[in-house]
Amino acid sequence: MKQKHLVLAMLVTSLLILPVSGAMAANVYKIGGIFSVTGRASFLGDPEKKTMEMMVEQINAAGGIDGHMLEAVIYDSEGDPAKAVSAVNKLIHKDKVIAIIGPSTTPTTLAVVNFTKRANVPLISCAAGIKITTPVDPWVFKTAQSDLLAVAAVYQQMKAAGIKKIGILTVSNAYGESGKKQLLGQAEKFGIQVILNESFGAKDTDTTTQLAKIKAAGPDAIICWGTNPGPAVVAKNAKQLKIDIPLYQSHGVGSPKFIELAGDAANGNILPTGKILVTSLLDDSDPQKKVLQDYQNAYENKFSGNVSGFGGYAYDAVNLLAGALKGSSGDKQKIRDNLEATKGYVGATGEFNFTPQDHNGLSPDAFVMVKIKNGTWTLL
Amino acid sequence: MQEIVQYLFSGITTGAVYAVIAVGLSMLYSSTELINFAHGEFVMIGALAMVTLWVRIGLPLPVAMAGAVAAGCLLGLMFERFAIRTARNPEPITLIIITVGASIFLKGVAMIIWGKDPFSMPAFSSHESIEIFGAALLPQSIWIVTAALVLAGGIHLFLKQTLTGKAMVACAVNKKAAWLSGIPSEKMGILAFGISAGCGAVAGIFIAPITMSSYDMGTLLGIKGFCAAMIGGLGSLWGAFAGGLLLGILESMGAGLISSGLKDAIAFVLLLLILYIRPGGLFAAKEAKRF
Amino acid sequence: MTDNKKTIWIEYLVFICAVSVFGLATENTYYLQIMTFIGINTLLALGLNMLMGYTGQVSLGHAAFYGIGAYTTAILSGTYGMNPWLALVCAVAAAVLIAFIVGLPTLRLSGYYLAMGTLGFGMIVNIVLREWAGVTGGASGFVGIPMLEAGALVFMSGAGYYFLVWGIVFAAMIICRRLLASRTGRALRAIHDGENAAVAIGINTHFLKLEIFMFSAALGAVAGFLYAHFVLFISPESFGFMFSIKIVTMVVIGGMASVWGALLGAAVLTLLPEVLHGFAEYEMIVFGLILMIVMIFMPQGLTRGIMDMIRTAGRARA
Repeated sequence: MKQKHLVLAMLVTSLLILPVSGAMAANVYKIGGIFSVTGRASFLGDPEKKTMEMMVEQINAAGGIDGHMLEAVIYDSEGDPAKAVSAVNKLIHKDKVIAIIGPSTTPTTLAVVNFTKRANVPLISCAAGIKITTPVDPWVFKTAQSDLLAVAAVYQQMKAAGIKKIGILTVSNAYGESGKKQLLGQAEKFGIQVILNESFGAKDTDTTTQLAKIKAAGPDAIICWGTNPGPAVVAKNAKQLKIDIPLYQSHGVGSPKFIELAGDAANGNILPTGKILVTSLLDDSDPQKKVLQDYQNAYENKFSGNVSGFGGYAYDAVNLLAGALKGSSGDKQKIRDNLEATKGYVGATGEFNFTPQDHNGLSPDAFVMVKIKNGTWTLL
Repeated sequence: MQEIVQYLFSGITTGAVYAVIAVGLSMLYSSTELINFAHGEFVMIGALAMVTLWVRIGLPLPVAMAGAVAAGCLLGLMFERFAIRTARNPEPITLIIITVGASIFLKGVAMIIWGKDPFSMPAFSSHESIEIFGAALLPQSIWIVTAALVLAGGIHLFLKQTLTGKAMVACAVNKKAAWLSGIPSEKMGILAFGISAGCGAVAGIFIAPITMSSYDMGTLLGIKGFCAAMIGGLGSLWGAFAGGLLLGILESMGAGLISSGLKDAIAFVLLLLILYIRPGGLFAAKEAKRF
Repeated sequence: MTDNKKTIWIEYLVFICAVSVFGLATENTYYLQIMTFIGINTLLALGLNMLMGYTGQVSLGHAAFYGIGAYTTAILSGTYGMNPWLALVCAVAAAVLIAFIVGLPTLRLSGYYLAMGTLGFGMIVNIVLREWAGVTGGASGFVGIPMLEAGALVFMSGAGYYFLVWGIVFAAMIICRRLLASRTGRALRAIHDGENAAVAIGINTHFLKLEIFMFSAALGAVAGFLYAHFVLFISPESFGFMFSIKIVTMVVIGGMASVWGALLGAAVLTLLPEVLHGFAEYEMIVFGLILMIVMIFMPQGLTRGIMDMIRTAGRARA
């Protein structure tokens, strides 16, 4: 007798729960993520994926958005544009997400925007290329700082330091190429002359040839524009060749990994970076400080490894999206409109102010100039 | 003028890297007539094993080196046993694809074990560069050149002077005849792979201080190593050594004097030229192999 | 002979039905797009299959022709506003011309030397695409490729492009089959069975190999054209060494010297990453393992291997 009652009770309970969970499932906001978790840009995609997962967990723990839970569907683009296209199609047509965060690199982003645009799905990219938001497309946003701003920050500092002639050394990939374009294009504005520009491969083991060539041309400073591990090799080689003029790097090396790889050779390098690297050195009055500290604590408690500016791009993207989801009831057009109207959001990367003409929303103070001394970052 | 000396030294540095990789590759070919497209991955395993044993765990240098080489050899032996020997159809096309599959597999395993980040390793001696004629040369480069020389010389002696070595060469020339004369060709195959993988690991150990070691370092290095081996002449150990140095120097000169963007293309243009004009390579007299 | 022809026509009919039914019944654009990618990859595999399977020439640089096709149409129709269909003709012409120039000296080599030669060629093309930034957009890629149109019909992603691609695949299969049944085909088989013997009976092997090389380049260029106007953005990394290896894998796994094998290989290799999406970290391990296992135990490729397994199973049961 008792057993029958138990079974009946279980049956009734499950029948009651099922429609409720079904209803809950229908009310879940599905958001997509595409990151280069493996492949050559994994230093971007890996922290971005982890950050997105962590943020979605946090938001759900706090009750979701307007009572809706978030569900993140994340795919790995492996840094390959064709795979990114497959992933984005899966997200849009199979998983039916209402917005997408990522991809991590400029080529993968440019490959997927044609599809997200056509499907009217808002995309918040974590990639740096200015081609992503110039010309502006109503459905495409990005959170990473443009290299335009990074180069401007570097040149500003150089002008103040009285540097007139420089040699540049860039990686032969999309990131380095974009940087080179900006470096060559903005030089005149700051009264700087680029006397030599050389390039090196991302996996090159030795760059002494290029450095020797640049050194021989007699510049006042050298700028290296790349992402780990290349610039570490450059820094080491520069030390070997006893190059004593300042060596500037790009924000692509803005992570503790660079100091680990380059060792002593990193000391003296100057670079622009998001404030995340120097959180403890920031003024307490800086609105970003609290945001960065919270992010850093949460990330480093949950995952092994230090926080980096790259994960910060995803952090901002998720928060911006969460903000836009409020009051949108999952309607893609409303989400897009809310995003575009976002102003004054203080994030890990900087303060975002979107307008219909500016879908990146950052200003030059998203960057600070730092110098590496004794193996740590110091503000310039 | 001073830059040219520097270009030369940079070329020797990179060239030494290519040479030490090419020697192991050529060695395998000379004893089995096989090209192992996964050779770059053995180099990678050697380098990453060193990082773990020497840097992370902190074993003394010679012990760590021995350990890394042992890891490489073991992997090579397993590879021969499971991948090459069990192949039902040991045609060159099949073997090429098997070794390509193995290289992808090893990369994947390395990625899981060591992660995706690159690692740096301190040099064996001081990291200060030596100044010669106003140009800088890293002590580590000298280590690498020495390693390549020792490997090439050692294997050369082994193949020419010892009975086992001569038996290995016999297997390569004509397997059946060797077997008829009582040479256990299976054991020879295992040995050849073990030694070649060990050479790869040695290469990895010595180049790790100047390159950054990561799970995907093997691909491009392996390809450049093949180019070097072919330029010098497949199967010729000294050819591999010379080919590597030549490739490195020409690359460096090209980058310095012509354009650094096209630096990689130099290796391949050179390869094509050698294949068209003198397929045997600069130093070997072997004929172009037919399937 | 008639029986053979009947089988072929039945095969074609089945193929057409399967493709059409799938295309019309599936509304989900995702599946249509996967199938479209399979179609593009089939064209690549078909071309390489003719080269590797029938003439026994290994090419580790096939992605170069894929890239040449894609970039030619991108530059001509994107930068210069040429009609894409005209650009297709130019793309094929460019690939065939380059195949002729490169093939002339390279196809004299054989074995590992040929493999390395094609590898070198592929790498050089990739570097040129990357460095000639003014024309190709460089490493950052080429933006702004126009969509394909035919009169009032615009081929966007989805069913339209699906049918376009598979129509071309079908045409390519017929051409390949025709080629194989012709005198050229018989000469090819003679080369495969024994090159020296073929030379002895007067076949101009070098010229024949060159012909097939150019044909495979043409197919590769068509595939590149279709890819470019599908994704509307191309960058050099999609046309590198890794992708050349992928195409070789398709041919080898599907089964060399088999037109359907090319299709199977392309399908397996396009679907595998989709299936393994959950195991992204392990994808390389799985991919490498599959490659090794298939080549070790079924070196004739999956088509032959599976048929053998069925045959042995049938025998065991009897």
